[in-house]
Amino acid sequence: MTALILFYVAGFVTLASAILAITRTNASHALIYMVVALLAIAVIFFLLGSPFAAALQIVVYAGAIVVLFLFVVMMLNLGKSSVARERALLTRGIWTVPTLLALVLFAVVVFALVSGDHESGAQARMIEPKEVGIALYTKYVLAVELAGVLLLAALVGAYHLGRRYLLDRREEEESS
Amino acid sequence: MPPTEHVLVLALMLFCVGAVGVLVRRNIIFILLSLEFMMNACAMAFIAAGAKWGQPDGQVMFMLILAIAASEVAVALGIVIQMARRFRTLDVDSVSELRE
Repeated sequence: MTALILFYVAGFVTLASAILAITRTNASHALIYMVVALLAIAVIFFLLGSPFAAALQIVVYAGAIVVLFLFVVMMLNLGKSSVARERALLTRGIWTVPTLLALVLFAVVVFALVSGDHESGAQARMIEPKEVGIALYTKYVLAVELAGVLLLAALVGAYHLGRRYLLDRREEEESS
Repeated sequence: MPPTEHVLVLALMLFCVGAVGVLVRRNIIFILLSLEFMMNACAMAFIAAGAKWGQPDGQVMFMLILAIAASEVAVALGIVIQMARRFRTLDVDSVSELRE
């Protein structure tokens, strides 16, 4: 029963921060809300008995992908307006709502850990990382290799797209 | 454990929020952000199905979605940087050069 209430609270936080994220005008504010939504999804994964997926969600999504977004947003914001925008970021109205939503999530996780009730359901069963690893490297080994090829292609593509000389050549053509 | 139907409804709602974001917003950063939400909704549906049957396959699919999302974001943000350098804007409607 408690797990159900925790699930609804986490689901509410997910939806609220997702809606707030896509309606922001400032990209960095939207990213703050996105982090809260991703953490709430990690809580839901935990409640569903997938602790490994919850950890991966935090490490890869909230830790790596959002930071990548943030780097690009910071790179593109270089200008006179960025200082004023940075100052506006620190006013109270902007950080209170994400902080409140994150505090709700924190309370949910603490409650779930203290009560220890999250796996008392009739069919609830923690799916251990060991099982996932065994399935990943026996049944899905081809998919793992395909994912590796995909990541290599993305690495080469991102390196090529991020290079500066593509622009320089275009400027040379325009000037000549 | 929360009932599978409720988790699937939540995943559907999250997917719809992402889809609305893709359709409504014209800033490419927000479109990519909404795409991430849609992928997360799919991942949540996979995890819910895996938990329902007590099998690790759902989490394996989640990891593959994670790999796809990471590579998508890397390439897409490279495109965003090129777009900002060449067109000095992040508006996707003003980059429809292929049509002309």
